[in-house]
Amino acid sequence: MHAEPKVKPSGAALIDPAKEAMLLAALYIAQEQRGYLTPEVIDRVAARLGLTAGQVFSTASFYTLFRTKPVGRYVIQVCSGVSCYLVDGAEKVSDYIGAKLGIRPGETTADGRFTLETVQCLASCGTAPALRVNDQLYENLTPAGIDAILDRLLGEV
Amino acid sequence: MTTWQPVLLANVNRPNSEKITTYLAHGGYEALRKTLKMSPDQVIAEVKASGLRGRGGAGFPTGAKWGFIPKDAPVKYLAVNTDEGEPGTFKDRLIVERDPHAILEGVIIASYAVGAHRAFVYIRGEFFLGVKRWIKAIADAYQYGFLGKNILESGFDLDVSLHRGAGAYICGEETAMIESLEGKRGEPRLKPPYPAQAGIWGQPTVVQNCETLVNIPHIIGRGAAWFASIGTEQSRGPKIFCVSGHVNRPGNYELPLGTPLREIIYEHAGGVRMGRSVKAVIPGGASTPFLTADKLDVPMAFETLAAAGSALGTGAVVVMDETTDMVEVARRVMSFYVHESCGRCVPCRLGGHNMLHELDIIASGQGKRANLARLEALTRGIPGITFCPLGTGMCEPVASGLKLFRSEFEERVS
Ligand SMILES: Cc1cc2nc3c(=O)[nH]c(=O)nc-3n(C[C@H](O)[C@H](O)[C@H](O)COP(=O)(O)O)c2cc1C
Ligand code: FES
Repeated sequence: MHAEPKVKPSGAALIDPAKEAMLLAALYIAQEQRGYLTPEVIDRVAARLGLTAGQVFSTASFYTLFRTKPVGRYVIQVCSGVSCYLVDGAEKVSDYIGAKLGIRPGETTADGRFTLETVQCLASCGTAPALRVNDQLYENLTPAGIDAILDRLLGEV
Repeated sequence: MTTWQPVLLANVNRPNSEKITTYLAHGGYEALRKTLKMSPDQVIAEVKASGLRGRGGAGFPTGAKWGFIPKDAPVKYLAVNTDEGEPGTFKDRLIVERDPHAILEGVIIASYAVGAHRAFVYIRGEFFLGVKRWIKAIADAYQYGFLGKNILESGFDLDVSLHRGAGAYICGEETAMIESLEGKRGEPRLKPPYPAQAGIWGQPTVVQNCETLVNIPHIIGRGAAWFASIGTEQSRGPKIFCVSGHVNRPGNYELPLGTPLREIIYEHAGGVRMGRSVKAVIPGGASTPFLTADKLDVPMAFETLAAAGSALGTGAVVVMDETTDMVEVARRVMSFYVHESCGRCVPCRLGGHNMLHELDIIASGQGKRANLARLEALTRGIPGITFCPLGTGMCEPVASGLKLFRSEFEERVS
């Protein structure tokens, strides 16, 4: 029996495990440039880390926070989890916002300002209903609270 | 009502609770000083004697896990699981944001005990504030000499680095987390070998939940006997219960293990909203089977919940009142697992989709008895044959829903 080699050959190149471990961090940095991962960016990450573009894409596509399509400036992510559902959140919140913005979950407003999404539990179940706009969490949502969030964002753009 | 002075959450409501100065002002890092005067074996013996079991869901005895790490292995790692994503669970996020040093002190003690000189913190990608708090806590700990070379002149070295996940619940499963740390898709590995034998880059690795680690300084500081005096026969120590759903005061409540579910709901969480009655409770996070109202006196402990037909899981208590649509709850929980299946094995990937499909039809009122029969057959056939516990876990809520609230499902089909 041979021990598993620590460095697995892949294609022509040898993968450096320490570099490969940086892949998620590299993808975060790359994504910041355009808001999503373009094929060119994936190629660049692959070249820098000594991986193939296919490998980078394969890993990126596994994780929901990495995007391969453009999104709005504000991504509104409404929790659709069970605790939020129980306290009149989830669809009630995403429908309310969707009606105000004229989009459905998965869509972006024509002006490119807002993308609406439904996501899984945000670990805010004790302060449900919850949603997130980009990296900001909003909890204990009420219709008035949602209006205030949207008004502020509309004012900022 | 159980009176319990919080230990794990003692700091979280203090002003500037996340700062190292606050932590130090309240006895922080004293247990580390004590640890560094003990031998690693003594530390492991203390944790074993405490009876501490993992708080990440599986309840594995922590001291035993540390004992599995081969002493002679040249390289060993510790991995901290901050991937909290099980619906209903919101305790680790609280601790990371409000008291990261409480976890970090546990990390250093655990690393010393098993002889790890490198620890990896894996944090859920969506925990934006948690990421900042972890980075600051680690940086401050280096400044104060709690990390790095020759920690507190003990000769012990430890480096800690932070790794952000990117939105995949399965990466909370320890071997998927290791894959993700290595920069790969978060698909679980076959066990055995367990991480303690071959984890990160094939080296022995201890994976531990945040809440588990927060217990460690208290076990060392106050002694295993103190810890073991709390709780029940097989479930020692305090536990954070995350209470959500139809209660008047949802939130995190730290109480001794063994506290009755009824007390948690009615006395700590303020009872059911609008004076309604309880229809069902998920006692330990979304993958644990429902309990009905006649089970409310169950002590919240590993062994008693197992006897009641459910599990302690993460200690996430989701309360549902008499108005709750159980078919919809089952459907919603299923849709979570289908979304989060890594897709590697067929029973989980396709079986999950098929179960959700049947549930969608039943919930819409268009279903026939055959849909119900197919759903039931899947919940019986899938458990035990999936690659990792996610696929088995996804069947539990539906199977228990079908068992306990059968008439609600039958009323929907013709
Ligand atoms: C699908 C799945 C998801 C999991 N998610 C988490 C998680 O988010 N956090 C966690 O600590 N453990 C999680 N676990 C449990 C881990 O695999 C592991 O048992 C735990 O981190 C060990 O730490 P503990 O002994 O301190 O609980 C999960 C397990 C499974 C099967
Ligand atoms: S269910 Fe919405 S935050 Fe947990």
